[in-house]
Amino acid sequence: MPDSLSRDEVAHLADLARIDLTDAELDHLAPQLSVILDSVASIRGVAGDDVPPTSHALPLTNVFRDDVVRPSLTPAEALSGAPEEDQQRFSVPRILGDEQ
Amino acid sequence: MTTTAHDSVELVDFDAVLAAYDPALGLEVHVELNTATKMFCGCPATFGGEPNSHVCPTCLGLPGAMPVVNGKAVESAIRIGLALNCEIAEWCRFARKNYFYPDMPKNFQTSQYDEPICFDGWMDVDVDGETFRVEIERAHMEEDTGKSTHVGGATGRIHGADHSLVDYNRAGIPLIEIVTRPILGAGEKAPAVARAYVAQLRDLIVALGVSEARMDQGNLRADVNLSLAPKGSGTLGTRTETKNVNSFRSVERAVRYEMQRHAAVLDAGRSILQETRHWHEDTGITTSGREKSDAEDYRYFPEPDLVPVAPSREWVEELRATLPENPTEKRARLQSEWGFSDLEMRDTVGAGALGLVEETIALGAAPQAARKWWLGELARRANDAGQELTALGVTPADVAAVQGLVDDGTLNDKLARQVFDGLFAGEGTPAEIVAARGLAIVSDDGALSAAVDEAIAANPDVADKIRDGKHAAAGALIGAVMKSMRGQADAGKVRELILAKLS
Amino acid sequence: MSAHLPEVLTRSAADLADDLASGATTSVALTRASLDRIAAVDGAVHAFLHVDAEGALAQAAAADERRAAGQPASALDGVPIAVKDVLATRGLPTTCGSKILEGWVPPYDATVVAKLREAGLPILGKTNMDEFAMGSSTEHSAYGPTHNPWDLTRIPGGSGGGSAAAVAAFEAPLALGTDTGGSIRQPGAVTGTVGTKPTYGGVSRYGLVAMANSLDQVGPVTRTVLDAALLHELIGGHDPLDSTSIAQPLPGLVDAARQGATGDMSGVRIGVITELGGDGWQAGVQERFRESLDLLVGAGADVVEVSCPSFVHALATYYLVMPAEASSNLAKFDAMRYGLRVLPEGVASPSAEEVMKATRAAGFGDEVKRRIMIGTYALSSGYYDAYYGQAQKVRTLISRDFAAAFESVDVLVSPTAPTTAFPIGEKVDDPLAMYLNDLATIPANLAGVPGISVPSGLASEDGLPAGFQILAPALADDRCYRVGAALESLLVEQWGGPLLAQAPALPSEGASA
Repeated sequence: MPDSLSRDEVAHLADLARIDLTDAELDHLAPQLSVILDSVASIRGVAGDDVPPTSHALPLTNVFRDDVVRPSLTPAEALSGAPEEDQQRFSVPRILGDEQ
Repeated sequence: MTTTAHDSVELVDFDAVLAAYDPALGLEVHVELNTATKMFCGCPATFGGEPNSHVCPTCLGLPGAMPVVNGKAVESAIRIGLALNCEIAEWCRFARKNYFYPDMPKNFQTSQYDEPICFDGWMDVDVDGETFRVEIERAHMEEDTGKSTHVGGATGRIHGADHSLVDYNRAGIPLIEIVTRPILGAGEKAPAVARAYVAQLRDLIVALGVSEARMDQGNLRADVNLSLAPKGSGTLGTRTETKNVNSFRSVERAVRYEMQRHAAVLDAGRSILQETRHWHEDTGITTSGREKSDAEDYRYFPEPDLVPVAPSREWVEELRATLPENPTEKRARLQSEWGFSDLEMRDTVGAGALGLVEETIALGAAPQAARKWWLGELARRANDAGQELTALGVTPADVAAVQGLVDDGTLNDKLARQVFDGLFAGEGTPAEIVAARGLAIVSDDGALSAAVDEAIAANPDVADKIRDGKHAAAGALIGAVMKSMRGQADAGKVRELILAKLS
Repeated sequence: MSAHLPEVLTRSAADLADDLASGATTSVALTRASLDRIAAVDGAVHAFLHVDAEGALAQAAAADERRAAGQPASALDGVPIAVKDVLATRGLPTTCGSKILEGWVPPYDATVVAKLREAGLPILGKTNMDEFAMGSSTEHSAYGPTHNPWDLTRIPGGSGGGSAAAVAAFEAPLALGTDTGGSIRQPGAVTGTVGTKPTYGGVSRYGLVAMANSLDQVGPVTRTVLDAALLHELIGGHDPLDSTSIAQPLPGLVDAARQGATGDMSGVRIGVITELGGDGWQAGVQERFRESLDLLVGAGADVVEVSCPSFVHALATYYLVMPAEASSNLAKFDAMRYGLRVLPEGVASPSAEEVMKATRAAGFGDEVKRRIMIGTYALSSGYYDAYYGQAQKVRTLISRDFAAAFESVDVLVSPTAPTTAFPIGEKVDDPLAMYLNDLATIPANLAGVPGISVPSGLASEDGLPAGFQILAPALADDRCYRVGAALESLLVEQWGGPLLAQAPALPSEGASA
C-alpha cells in the first residue's frame, strides 16, 4: 500500500469527499498528504492481531431510549437555515445520481 | 430462440431460459417498523403531517446533533430475527455508510455493517405444495432517508428534473433490512418462489405486529437480485439488482423478466452488466439505473456516537416467548392434532374455514365433526346464499352446541339439520330450538318399545323375514318406526329392539 | 500588568459569585464591564467572532432580579461567560470558525449551553477557533487568527485560542472550550490560563459540532482551578440526548479543588511520563515543569518516572482516528439544508453534486481539506485495516499503558505543550510541525482520561507562559483538581499573585481601562 499519493489519487479522494480542488490545490496537497501519511504509517505493525480495536473509550452498552414522542422543531425552525426553500421543503438543485 | 420485447430489448422464451440456465435469486426486503418514534430520535414516525414538521436537530442532521437508539426498534429487530430462526448477536454495533445524497441529512446512513443484530436464519416458503427453505443471511437495523419530489421534468422522475424539493419527515424512520443468501435450485419456479417468499415474509411480519408491511404503502420494500449460470455449472453468474418492485405480482414479473433478459444477453455472447435496474410495472420491463460495479466506496466504520448493542440472552428468551406461531408450523400442528388427511386440511384452509373449525374444536366438538358441519352442511348453505362462511350468522359456539347435543344422544344428524334451520331463522339457541320444536330424541323406552311393536304388527311379512334371519329387512321397519316417532329416535337403538323382539 | 485593571475584571469567577451573593456588585455591572473590555481590546486580540451585548445584558438583568428575590438559579448565576463557536447556541451565529457556516443561526441549544442558561450565566458571545477545531494555533480560523494577550504577534494556541485569550485578556471571567487533542489544555498552557478536558463522556456532546466523536469533550476555560471546578460541575453530568455520556455523577470536583488549595500533597503519588519530555521540548518549559514538581514534592507528594511506551505512537494514531471521523462528520456540510451555497462558475444549470463540490471547495479551508482527504483515505476500502483499523488498535495499547501506570501512581504529569507560544505564521504552512504541539495532550483523548493544564510559570527564554498537565484515571477528574489546586496555590504564593498579573497591558482602543 503506497504511503505517497499521486495527484490522481488525491483527485479521486476529493471526488469521494465532494470537494472541487483546483489544479494548483491538487499540486499543493498531494505532497503534503504524502508526508502526513508517511508519518502516520509508523503505526503499522505496532499492534499485533491479538490487540482488540477501541471504538469507544467507555465500556458502555445498551443505551436506549423509550419509544415516546418528543417535541420536534417547527417547520420554520427546520427550514431556518435553508439556502432555498419552496412549499415548506428544502429546494435543492437537480440530482444526478440514484438513491442507494 | 429469442422474442423481442419493447424498446428493442431482447428476451428469451421462459422455457428456453430454463433449458440452458440455472437462475440464482436473492431478495433484500426492507421493513418499515411501526414504532411511535424514529430510529434515533423522538420525532413521530406517523405518516402524513406537513412537510418538515416531524424533524429535529438529530434527524435533520444539524451540526452538533446526536442519535439515541429507539429500544423498541431493537426489540422488533430481535423478534423478526427470532421468527426467521436467526442467531441473535451477543454484541453488535451500528456503522456509518458514507455517501452523498440530498435526501440523507448527514450524508451517511447509520446502519449496521459487518455486525448485524440477526444472522444465519431461514424461512420455509410454501410454493404450490412444495417447500423451499430460504436461507437468511442477516437482518439489521438502519434508518430511512427523507423523500424528494422532483420538479420540472416530464415524468416527475429524477431524470430531466429541474430541481427537487426535499421533505425530511421520513428521515430516520426505523427500517429492518432482511437479506437472503442466494436461493438456488428453484428453476422454473424462481419467479414464484420470489413472490411467495415476499408474501409469506409479509405474513410473518404482520403476525409479529411490528409493521403494517404493505408494499403498496412503502412499508415493505423488496429489491430483487437475479443471476443466471449455465445449467449444471454450479457457478454463480453476474447479478443485477432490480428496484421499484412495489407488489407481490411485480416481484414475480420482475424475476421472470430479468431471467429472460439475462438469457438473451448471455445467448448473444455478451456479458451481464452488474448494475441496479428499475422495474416498470406499467410496461413490464426493467431499465438501466446505476452501474453497480463502480460502486461507491462506503467507507464503513463503527458509529462513534452510539455504543454497542449487546442483548442479554435472558432478554432474547423473553422476546422469543412473545413470538406468534409461524403460520406454516401452525397448520402442520393442527393437522397432526386433528388427524386430518392432507386433502382434508387443504380443503379446510381453502374454504377459509380454518379459524372457524379451530374455534369449534376448542369449544368441545370433535375435529371431524367440526369439519363435517363447516365444510358440509354450512358450506352448502353459504354457497346457496352466496355468502362467506363467516357471514352466515352461525357461530362456532352454535356448531359446537349442536354437535354436543348429537354426542349426548339428544339429536341425530337429521334432527341436527333441523336445528340449523331454526338457527338461520333466528329462533334462538340450539337448546331453545330443540325444546320449541320438540326435536329431542325420545328417551322413553316404553314409548319406543310400543312404537316398535306397532311397526311389527303393521308389517307381518317383514317381521317373518326377520324371524327367518334376514336381518337386512329390518331397514323397512326401522323406517316405519322413525316415521311414527317423527325422527326423534335413535335408529341404532330401534334396530336393536326390532331384532331383539323378533329373534 | 493587569494590576491597573479594575478588580471587577480581574477577580475570579468564584469571588465574583460571592460579590453577587453579597450584593457588592450586580450581574449587569459585571457584564457591562466585560463588554467594555471587549470593546477596548478585542480589536487587537480578536478572541470573539460574535458579541451579543443586548442579549447578555438582558440575561444579566434577569440574573439580578433573581438575586434580588433571593432566588439565584445557581452559585454562578449572573457571572458572564464566553462560548467557543463550535457549540450550538440558539439565536446566536455558530460558525465553527468556518466560512461554510457563516451566518448560520442554530434553532437549538447545545445541552451545555442550555445548562448555562438554566444556571443564569449571561453569554457574552462566541469565541474564535481553528476551523472545525482543526488546529493548534487558531490560525486556521476563516475569520482571522486570535492574538495571544501576552504577545500579540504570537498564537494563543488552538483550536480554542479564542476562549483562552478572552479569559487571559480579562474579557470574560469564564469560557467554555472543547478539547479533542488538546484544544483546551494547550491554549491554556500558552496563555497562562487553566483548562480541563473532562473524562470522556463526563460532559454532554449534544450540540457540540463534532470533529472526532470518540475524542471530543467540552470543558472549562478559566483563570483559576477553583473556577474550572465550579464550571465543570455545572456543565457536567449525564445527558439522555448523548448516548456516550456517562451515567455516574462526577465525584466532588469543587471539594477536591478546595482541599487541594490547602497545599497538602502528602500521600499523593505522581508519575512523570518519560516519553513526554526531553529533546524537542523547550528548555524553559521543562525548567518550569521541574520546579513545579519540586514544589509538589515539597508539599508531600512522591514522584516517580513512568514509561508509557506506546505514547510515541499517539500522534500518528490521533492523526488517523480524528481525520477519519471528521471526514464523515463534515459530509453534512453540502449546501442543501443550511450554510453556504456556492454555484460553480460557468455552469448553466448545476446539479446538486456540482453545487456540493463548489460549496465545499469554497467553504472549507486548507487544513480542513487536508484532514478530510486523509480521513477519506484512511477509511477507504483496501486501506481501512492498515490505517483506521490499526489506529484503533494502538488506542487500546495507549489505554493499557495508562491503566498500568495508574496502578502505581495517582496522577500522571507532563509539560502541557513542548513550547511556549510561537509567532503567528511560523508553522501554519508546515502541518507536521503544527501537529507536534499536541504531543503531550493527545494521549488523554485517545484513552478518554481527564486532564487539566495549570500555569507553571514563564519560560526564561521568552517570558511566555508554560503549562503543567495533570492526568488522572477515567472518572477521577477530582484528582486533577486536587493536585492542580495544590500546585496553583504553591505557585501563586511563590509569585506573590496570579501569573496573569504579570501579563503586559493591552492597547485599548479609546474606551477607558
